[in-house]
Amino acid sequence: MNFKLRVWRQENPKSEGRFANYEAPDIPSDASFLEMLDIVNEGLILKGDSPIAFDHDCREGICGMCSLVINGTPHGPEKATTTCQLYMRHFRDGQTIHIEPFRAKAFPVIRDLVVNRAAFDRIQQAGGFITARAGSAPDGNAVPIAKPAADLAMDAAACIGCGACVAACPNSSAMLFVGAKVSHLGLLPQGQPERMRRVLNMVKTMDNEGFGNCTNHYECEAVCPAEISVAFIARMNRDYAIASVRESVE
Amino acid sequence: MTSLYSRFCNSSIGRKWIVALTGLALIAYVIGHMIGNLQIFMGRERINAYAETLHSMGPLLWAVRAFLLAAFVVHIVVTIQLTAENRRARPERYSVKEERRAGAASKSMIISGLIVLSFVVYHLLHFTTNTTNPEFKVLEDAKGRHDVYAMVIHGFQNPLVAWFYITGMFLLCLHLSHGFQSFLQTIGANSKKTAPVFDAGSRLLAWFIFAGYTAIPAAVLLHLLHT
Repeated sequence: MNFKLRVWRQENPKSEGRFANYEAPDIPSDASFLEMLDIVNEGLILKGDSPIAFDHDCREGICGMCSLVINGTPHGPEKATTTCQLYMRHFRDGQTIHIEPFRAKAFPVIRDLVVNRAAFDRIQQAGGFITARAGSAPDGNAVPIAKPAADLAMDAAACIGCGACVAACPNSSAMLFVGAKVSHLGLLPQGQPERMRRVLNMVKTMDNEGFGNCTNHYECEAVCPAEISVAFIARMNRDYAIASVRESVE
Repeated sequence: MTSLYSRFCNSSIGRKWIVALTGLALIAYVIGHMIGNLQIFMGRERINAYAETLHSMGPLLWAVRAFLLAAFVVHIVVTIQLTAENRRARPERYSVKEERRAGAASKSMIISGLIVLSFVVYHLLHFTTNTTNPEFKVLEDAKGRHDVYAMVIHGFQNPLVAWFYITGMFLLCLHLSHGFQSFLQTIGANSKKTAPVFDAGSRLLAWFIFAGYTAIPAAVLLHLLHT
């Protein structure tokens, strides 16, 4: 297959970026989107040009490292799919493909298509943990957990922290990510001791990082490769209000 | 320790709550006002008596007005502030961006809201203070009460005014079709199961309000209501 690429190139965080056009000829239809970029980069290196920088790691759809806004959608046009699991057969032969980095003030571009998502790490550090006894492993099933709670917590835990929710949100809000992280631990008995502190601290850090505010467009849910539900945002809104009121009366 | 004030007034989720709660107060008023207005179809006696009752409440009426004004101002000030922050959160725009879920209603909230604000200002000058039409002030019915019935009908006999009201109501209902389900999401009442119900319910409520309000100017334009 042959494609025309229009790719965002940016030397470093400070420099002006611009779009550059490339040809991507003879791409196998079963190549993944990242493999297609690898092939294009090989050609660029042979010509003495600098290769297109992009993030990737596991290439199995589970690490949350790959990104890219492909033809206006984070992770491209396929539902519940990361960029590494997106195959070129889903595009038309000869199609022009626009490739941009995730854009948000809180995700500054490092180079080309690589953005700095350390803001997510700082949000996690603010409350995305539990206090656990650090000895031998506890007995299995020693803590009873109701099946519906376990299922819901598992749905929230599916978040891979890729940041597509922020990239898709018209307001660059990180509420889906934070909602998933707050809910995943908040639903389990092990997460109860820090439940109130967790939501307050994670939301405060989220706000300080310069993400926008959620206005319920639900674009995040539509692009999320892990299909995280916006119901977790509702749950976080509720926990936040309860925690704020409790904090003020205690 | 952060104060409760700061938790609500300086945070993203706190201000979301403020917008939701003030929005709910305004929705409740919009529904109440609509039910009050629809009494015009029950005749001159009914609507004029209703207006007289409201005006005889004195301090209570002013308390409700003050509360609504406060809710209205807070709702607008906070959303403008949030919108400005949201714009700043993405300094570099996408050259190509495809929306998958966001609709006309959710994307136009700030615009529909601000046009509704200008509509409300006109509406108050028109039917409440009668500044735009001083001749409405002197309308009296047989019992010597302010003739609201005649005022509304005269007001809407001007097609330009009637259509402005219908347009204003359309934008209000576009705003509410997103706003009502947004309220439920913000207070944390939403879940995966309720989402489609809330979404449909919100639209239904909005169109119900649109139908209720526009019935009056439409009836005047169609000569179904006349003095």
